[in-house]
Amino acid sequence: MRNVLAVARRELSAYFNSPVAYIVIVTFLAVAGWMYFSTLFLFGRADMRPFFQPSPFSPAMLLVILAPAITMRLIAEERKSGTIELLLTMPMQDWEIIFGKFLAALALVAVGLLLTFAYPLTVSSLGELDWGPVIAGYVGMLLFAASLLAIGVLCSTVTENQIVAFIVAFLVSGFLYYVYWLRFFVPPLLSPIFEFLSVSFHLDNLSRGVIDSRDVVYYLSLTFGALLLATQALGRRHA
Amino acid sequence: MLGKVVSMVESQVMVEARSLRKDYGSTLAVDDVSFQVSRGEVVGFLGPNGAGKSTTMKMLTGYLSPTAGSAYVGGLDVAADPIAAKTKIGYLPESAPLYDDMMVAEFLRYVADIRRVDGATRRERLETICGRCGLNDVLGKNVGQLSKGYRQRVGLAQAMVHDPDLLILDEPTSGLDPNQIVEIRALIRELGSEKTVILSTHILPEVQASCDRIIIISGGKLVADASPEMLSGGDGASVVRVSVKGDAPAESIFAGVAGVRDVTVLGGEPGGQAFRLRSVSGEDPREAIFRAAVDNGLVLLDLHREQVSLEETFRQLTTTEDGAHA
Ligand SMILES: Nc1ncnc2c1ncn2[C@@H]1O[C@H](COP(=O)(O)OP(=O)(O)O)[C@@H](O)[C@H]1O
Ligand SMILES: [Mg+2]
Repeated sequence: MRNVLAVARRELSAYFNSPVAYIVIVTFLAVAGWMYFSTLFLFGRADMRPFFQPSPFSPAMLLVILAPAITMRLIAEERKSGTIELLLTMPMQDWEIIFGKFLAALALVAVGLLLTFAYPLTVSSLGELDWGPVIAGYVGMLLFAASLLAIGVLCSTVTENQIVAFIVAFLVSGFLYYVYWLRFFVPPLLSPIFEFLSVSFHLDNLSRGVIDSRDVVYYLSLTFGALLLATQALGRRHA
Repeated sequence: MLGKVVSMVESQVMVEARSLRKDYGSTLAVDDVSFQVSRGEVVGFLGPNGAGKSTTMKMLTGYLSPTAGSAYVGGLDVAADPIAAKTKIGYLPESAPLYDDMMVAEFLRYVADIRRVDGATRRERLETICGRCGLNDVLGKNVGQLSKGYRQRVGLAQAMVHDPDLLILDEPTSGLDPNQIVEIRALIRELGSEKTVILSTHILPEVQASCDRIIIISGGKLVADASPEMLSGGDGASVVRVSVKGDAPAESIFAGVAGVRDVTVLGGEPGGQAFRLRSVSGEDPREAIFRAAVDNGLVLLDLHREQVSLEETFRQLTTTEDGAHA
């Protein structure tokens, strides 16, 4: 665990020593805030659901773009600059490296999400706010982000080109996001499969305010599955 | 009793390569390389660019897994027990890749953290190392801003953080100016008095200046393994070149001559065979060679003693036209 934290700390300071962290956080706060408040005034109700609920144009969609941008450099840059050789010849397990990098990315997103807590606080001053669904929504959003970041880490592990890592991660995440709406256009037999596959479906469930273990298990499986594959990919030494 | 003796002998072997082989797709980068390095030795890998020096080092450090064969460090199989083996090694990869976005001090603390150099010992060790590597003036600078010489020193420092038994340094002086080369060489010599060091270079004076032993690698093969003196013929041994004509098995005849230590077959002219014979220290075997040739009905075409320099040996061993096998 100590190695995981050492790696995570290094990556996190790399994020905050460059403009990346600030750009990500400011973009997220601004665009997500605008997306949310514009719909809020439309409904005129003290409710955070529009913030969490996935739609083709919602804060969750923003994460589909930001997560690959955050993770694209994590391993690819080490391969490009050759520092991967230092990393892999230090006494660390491959999973510790992958998990440490993932944690740093997750921490960055968590900071962004934490700052959006200003929104429910604002709303609760305007009217009665039910905090249960807000907590469930944040849990859902973090799980949702974790699975996208894990996919991003995997993509960064299999190439030394950051742009390729970004594009592949964005396409995979975008597919898992939009497939939710495609379910209306496929045979009814396939529809539940599309639904279950989709990262949006489970976030939609959680945004209703109920933390269902099936949704949690879905996100955790996706996250750990992708991280496991990334560990495998890192461990394969040009064999 | 015997077991104990064996294990003591074993513990003196710091590094062992057993038939290491590495294929990159269709490129055979390292081909059946075997050697041992004893504790405390300073060994130089010498060979032209693309010879397979870096690839061999990457297999020793556990960065690459060999296509065949195994590497042992301090008695541990690097493939079977990678974490334990890696704790024994300090490694400077070729051209010193470093995290450009970190400050020097921050980077060394990060390495110390993962290398488990903790508490009271950490500060002391980092201070000692920064002093030895001459980093005190740049501790607060970003690694990305450093000159090539300073980068190389940071690379050395990170390899020394955990006070490893074994240092593996891939081209530690490449790209440095002459003054920097002298400094780094002095540092390596100093390190060599307390540690086992394997360094690689494609420059001859490098190994002459720093190493107890030279392993010459060419085309992925180990072509020579000897002390600099032996390779330069400077240990009092002489090198004799002989060309003969005849049907008798010349190689084994010369190998049997008193005072000859080993025989290398060279290409030779049409109808003749050429050999390079190295004598036992202090002997001049020319008379004995002459008699052995005559006794076996071989016609001597040429017999002369050579002054060989390491440079010449290197060139001979690493160019294929001479067809050397050592
Ligand atoms: N990652 C790689 N992929 C393919 N071929 C490689 C790779 N690394 C090295 N090689 C090839 O392997 C051979 C040995 O290279 P290397 O070990 O770097 O030699 P040296 O360090 O002695 O210059 C060269 O022919 C080189 O082109
Ligand atoms: Mg090399």
